[in-house]
Amino acid sequence: MNKANELIQLRKIINTHKRWDLLFMITGIIALMIAILTFIALFAQMMIDGMPRLSWDFFTSFPSRRPESAGILSAWVGTTLVMLVTAASAVPLGIGAGVYLEEYAPKNLLTEILEINVTNLAGVPSIIYGLLALGLFVYQLGFGQSILAAGLALALLILPVVIVATREAIRSIPVAIREGSYALGATKWQTVSDHLLPYSAAGILTGIIIGLARAIGETAPIITIGALTFIAFLPPSPVTDEFPYISFEWLTAPFTVMPIQMFNWVSRPEEAFQLNAAAAGLVLVVMTLTMNGLAIYLRYRMRKNIKW
Amino acid sequence: MSDELDKKTNYAGRLGYSYRRNLHERFIEAILFLSAFLSVIIMLSIVVMLVKESVVFFQYVSLWEFLTDTQWTPLFDDAHYGILPLVAGTVVSSAVALMVALPLGTIIAIYLSEFAPFAVREVAKPFLELLGGIPTVVYGYFALLFVTPLLQMIFPELPGFSLLSAGLVMGIMIIPYVSSMTEDAMRAVPMHLREGSYAMGATRFQTAVRVVMPAAFSGIAAAYILGISRAVGETMVVAIAAGMQPNLTWNPMEPAATITAYIVQVSLGDLPHGSIGYQTIFAAGLTLLLMTLVFNIIGHLLRKRYREIY
Amino acid sequence: MQNNSESKEYKSHVKGLNFYYGAFHALKNINMGLHDKKITALIGPSGCGKSTFLRCFNRMHDLYPGNRYEGEIVLHPDDVNILSSKVDPIEVRMRISMVFQKPNPFPKSIYENVAYGLRVRGIKQRAMLDEKVENALRNSALWEEVKDRLNDLAFNLSGGQQQRLCIARALATDPEILLFDEPTSALDPIATASIEELIADLKDKVTILIVTHNMQQAARVSDFTAYMYLGELIEFDETDTIFIKPKHKQTEDYITGRFG
Repeated sequence: MNKANELIQLRKIINTHKRWDLLFMITGIIALMIAILTFIALFAQMMIDGMPRLSWDFFTSFPSRRPESAGILSAWVGTTLVMLVTAASAVPLGIGAGVYLEEYAPKNLLTEILEINVTNLAGVPSIIYGLLALGLFVYQLGFGQSILAAGLALALLILPVVIVATREAIRSIPVAIREGSYALGATKWQTVSDHLLPYSAAGILTGIIIGLARAIGETAPIITIGALTFIAFLPPSPVTDEFPYISFEWLTAPFTVMPIQMFNWVSRPEEAFQLNAAAAGLVLVVMTLTMNGLAIYLRYRMRKNIKW
Repeated sequence: MSDELDKKTNYAGRLGYSYRRNLHERFIEAILFLSAFLSVIIMLSIVVMLVKESVVFFQYVSLWEFLTDTQWTPLFDDAHYGILPLVAGTVVSSAVALMVALPLGTIIAIYLSEFAPFAVREVAKPFLELLGGIPTVVYGYFALLFVTPLLQMIFPELPGFSLLSAGLVMGIMIIPYVSSMTEDAMRAVPMHLREGSYAMGATRFQTAVRVVMPAAFSGIAAAYILGISRAVGETMVVAIAAGMQPNLTWNPMEPAATITAYIVQVSLGDLPHGSIGYQTIFAAGLTLLLMTLVFNIIGHLLRKRYREIY
Repeated sequence: MQNNSESKEYKSHVKGLNFYYGAFHALKNINMGLHDKKITALIGPSGCGKSTFLRCFNRMHDLYPGNRYEGEIVLHPDDVNILSSKVDPIEVRMRISMVFQKPNPFPKSIYENVAYGLRVRGIKQRAMLDEKVENALRNSALWEEVKDRLNDLAFNLSGGQQQRLCIARALATDPEILLFDEPTSALDPIATASIEELIADLKDKVTILIVTHNMQQAARVSDFTAYMYLGELIEFDETDTIFIKPKHKQTEDYITGRFG
């Protein structure tokens, strides 16, 4: 009798608790919905405003004082070139640092400082990198407001992303692979270059893509180096007619990039320019979404295929 | 006998080889070390660069004025150099953003880690990641041209630029960072701890709040700190949607500049290298860096104190 | 099947239990009775399904998708089938506690670990919590060791102490059955001995079902023993009978170490 009473009591408590469970579950779904709806609203708003402006001319025209004939030619060319500089500097440095910290670094104070430092760098606001680039690259080293200065600024910004991705990818390779290689008489570098790097290539690539996707959309550091100018021309071509057929003059050329062009248009009061901003934003979002989507797909494939 | 000799020469030969090989290995290690050490050089350059220009600035403006003056008008004839209005703008916009991002991010993390079926998690996680990958300038556009008009329907007196709409959008923008790090921390909690809780008759919610979250505390704290420093350092959303006029206010319904928005505003103009205006952005940047540093230290202390309690 | 006098001796009856992990048929038509206030040991080679069987008793399998029960586990005296989909697994777990293979204290203080099950039931009165925590710790022979540091983090205890803490945690809520899943496999011999002693002492208070891979342990602590092989219950009898005069050749082979 007493036992039965206890059970009834117990069931009451359980029911109350389960109502909380249900309530939380609904809250969770609502929270997720808020995020999803925001994304849909953002995308829809840009589609409605920007879609009519998207045409072949939009991609092949320079910016202009007349909104209806303005385009993003100099912006996407600039973005491409800046990304070349960023990738060329951040990728080797990031992988090198990642390999060192994961495979070579002895357990000592210096290593600890290096590790803490990488974490801290990842937390530094992007605009601070802009200030560093302004003081160091633009003035101290005399690169001016150039593609080189912008590319290096963004490279510093995404360096921690590449380092962390490299470390995680290498760390996920089991010790047995390393031991197998060493047991055959391979040196450390041979083990790294013949085994660890190839096996972790997909993971590192994922990190590089995510880093570059972030760099493509970064606006603040580029504004800070003073690159918000009206650019209605293209930088000198990297390929020339004369020997040695390749030129690095473009590195020091003034430039504009996609997010800067968009920001420029957003801050104009005329509505026609804001439609241009929507169109540029749409292009930018599609670019970053594609890159991030590719990275997610790569990671998914990796998780499915590799079972250590 | 000759076998013995062979062995010896072989051995000697290998020694020579191994010396060359070691040199090669050492060289590579040195290069790798330098790329890792570059991160320290970058950090030092950041500090040196900010401090160097700020020192010049503080020779012209006293630290007292910088910290107590209630106006920030360095580019006017009647120049005032009080950082307070910019700090207030930063604090208010960040507070609005965090009031959105921390609760929603945490709820989403708990839901995805402890409640959601496998299929929901598999779809929602990459989706949130994509959301986090959208350029901030696009969020700025969204805040200015979608959220502000929407808010003006509810609050007709809301101006075209406001800390509120910038903060709200910033909050949504930060959700993926908070939720993904929080969820990672929660999922790292071993299953046998959860089983222990379920075996006592705990519900999912009880298990999540009483066992999993305390166990994941340091990871969750790190996620919050990251969210805070992202809000404080965020630039484009506030520069576009909150206006760039310094305004000492704690009211999110007003327009005001943040530290970052001020740096953008100055950079948009054409300030000569070495002028006081040029130096102000480094002083502002140093303030920003110190603020993010303070949050990191708070996070560190929080984690340490938590460990002591238990 | 059972008359009343018999069902008084039993705490629970398993009737035609089948269990599936997805398509894998892990438990095959198991029938047995669990004697009230006695210790029943489940033995058998690894993979025989003994842990799977144990985890049916508090519906732990419900936590993961794709698991399916068939048949009944009837709990006396109210004769409820705890596997029925109408019965809430949470209620089952509140009545039947479990101690795991690896000690799994929560990242909380010693006190809060023991009080957890009570708090989950919504008990907030400090005096009641204090009393039940102390009782549980005394019953798990841990009180003298920890009474001065109840607010210490449970992780600071030794492995054996942690496992006794987990037993205290399970005892605090006065469970009807206590399940042990190889409770000493992660412990050293001294800690193992103290846990075994504790389990033997507990049998006056609660019905115990214990999974063990250690036959000596089964022989030392249990009153009844069930031998399982490939998801089937081969033989179930009093421990002495199983170890001295098993009816099945298979059981004898396993017990004498000729298995395999």
